Amino acid sequence: MDALQQLINGLTLGSLYALIAIGYTMVYGILRLINFAHGDVLMVGCYLAWFASAQFGLPWWVSLAGSMALTAALGMLIDLGAYRPLRSAPRISALITAIGVSFFLENLGLVIFGGRPKAFARPEIFNELYHWGGLRVLSLSVWVPLITALILAVLLYVLYRTRLGMAMRALSRDLVTVRLMGIDTDRVVAATFAIGSALAAAGGIFWAMKYPQINPLMGIMPGLKAFVAAVLGGIGNVVGAMLGGLLLGLAEILLVAWMPELAGYRDALAFVLLIAFLIFRPQGLLGEKTT
Amino acid sequence: MKRLATLTYLLLSACLALAGTALAADTVKIGACLSMTGANAPYGQNAQKGLELALSARPTVLGKKVEVAVADNKSDKVEAVNATNRLIQRDQVAAIIGPLSSSNSLAAGPVAEAAGLPLISPWATNPLVTQDKKFIFRVCFVDPFQGQVGANYAFHNLKAKTAAVMVDIAQDYCVGIASFFERAFKQLGGQVLIKTSYSSGDQDFSAQLGAIKAKNPDIIYVPAYFTEGALIARQARELGLKQPMLGGDASQADELIKIGGAAVEGLAFTTHFDENGVTTEAGKKFVAAYRAKYNEAPDSCSALTYDAYNALLDAMEKTKSTQAKALVPALEQTRNFPGVTGVLSIVDHNAVKPAVILQVKDGKFAYVATVKP
Repeated sequence: MDALQQLINGLTLGSLYALIAIGYTMVYGILRLINFAHGDVLMVGCYLAWFASAQFGLPWWVSLAGSMALTAALGMLIDLGAYRPLRSAPRISALITAIGVSFFLENLGLVIFGGRPKAFARPEIFNELYHWGGLRVLSLSVWVPLITALILAVLLYVLYRTRLGMAMRALSRDLVTVRLMGIDTDRVVAATFAIGSALAAAGGIFWAMKYPQINPLMGIMPGLKAFVAAVLGGIGNVVGAMLGGLLLGLAEILLVAWMPELAGYRDALAFVLLIAFLIFRPQGLLGEKTT
Repeated sequence: MKRLATLTYLLLSACLALAGTALAADTVKIGACLSMTGANAPYGQNAQKGLELALSARPTVLGKKVEVAVADNKSDKVEAVNATNRLIQRDQVAAIIGPLSSSNSLAAGPVAEAAGLPLISPWATNPLVTQDKKFIFRVCFVDPFQGQVGANYAFHNLKAKTAAVMVDIAQDYCVGIASFFERAFKQLGGQVLIKTSYSSGDQDFSAQLGAIKAKNPDIIYVPAYFTEGALIARQARELGLKQPMLGGDASQADELIKIGGAAVEGLAFTTHFDENGVTTEAGKKFVAAYRAKYNEAPDSCSALTYDAYNALLDAMEKTKSTQAKALVPALEQTRNFPGVTGVLSIVDHNAVKPAVILQVKDGKFAYVATVKP
């Protein structure tokens, strides 16, 4: 029974990682840019939702949708201001800029929102506690995997069944050629950032519902873990990100459950996994081998 | 060319030195290294409120104006060192108040020690902070005492025979107090069934709590900082753990209740100060002034920082000096200082003073008892 409970705990954490990792990996898959600001965009999304629900009293789904829309706009703005001028620069410049954007957002958050954490309310629908035999499961833990799966399905539809998705996939192969074909690549990239950032906001808000406090530095760890999850699954592959997230969540929970004395090394486990994968299977679980 | 540069440099530094002494003539500068942002921001911001109140109540010393320079240590060990260096080198302070947490004080201590500058931590309770240090002091009790008080409360008042302990291995405070509690609890005849660990910033504790649930202890001892404490309490209740929870002084932040909600109801903890447990005249005045100025109840950090400021100024007045070589012996000889957190004496650089036990009741911290050393 205990093992089953721990398994459920692991799946809950894993699907949260997966939700954040999907946005991470999508941006990478299309632009080959590791967007280190993803975690901080997530933080901004949480604060927007917090303002909407705690300050203006909007229902949770309105604040979720509003926050996703505004965060999408923020994503496009970041692309416009920080990444577009570097489109033809070496990839490393864009990577460093991403780190700069990350620090900028964190410190802006500290100035605007202050350093003290805020309590994030959990809506009633996610706050029910189910008792199944000896198991106790929060309704949020049931909803998050479903929502993650739904988002994944929508994303796959967009990527493989729409013209925008086709443009995105083409762009991931060769940006210059796609531009020569008469496609407005800047718009496609902006759309990629909009979707990626909206997904970050959604991931962050569900994260904040599960761990109900938000602060300006809250995005760092989930962002890094989602990055690890994306690499485990094969960075650039959205289905892989889901698998990687679940794997990482399960691994972290089971490590602590079986070896409580090693609990403090749980973050280390995530990064050891990252290193191991980079050495022995750099393409990840589902990634294609690149030469 | 090189000579010219050296000459300019010499001239410049002479000017600066002169400016420095001219400035030092009419003000006394005190540095405050506080966690204004980051995970421990509530403690730092409250400490600053206490400091501001102390400054407005006592704006001069030795006939000079007191100036306080606040440096933010961002709740981070490395930043604590940077902030301390900045206070010493740029602001040229006479003494430093802070940092608050044990980990940050352990990081900042050697910097002050090397510069030969008195540093008074208001809130760091780990014994190692002042051990073998000449210039480091504190105005709070140490964790061997706090752990003992916690163990006594668990064993005698909560009638606990078995306990689970959760330790934040990234915080020297938590590691220290947890082991002192464990030792004291065992001496009383109690048993620690399981000790699990986590690390600051962790948000998911379901695995640790699952392991604790399997052992079914009488109480859970969680001397955590408020963020982790609140999340642990919530997840414990969600997993069906009904045991009373007992914490340490880091639990005392409003955010514990805001984030923890109904889950922290009944959580008890040992701490330094509560407005309903005030024993001194100075304490009563402090509570009234604090409430009038900030319209909220003062916490331990604000009260202890207030005491640190006054203990430092007392030492300056007693020796008519702001030099470290005069201040250090004066601080060492602090006896029966009527602080707002109680009458305290500084013995071996640590304060000997009573502890307070508080409990969360109806969404507020309620006073339970005062325990004398």
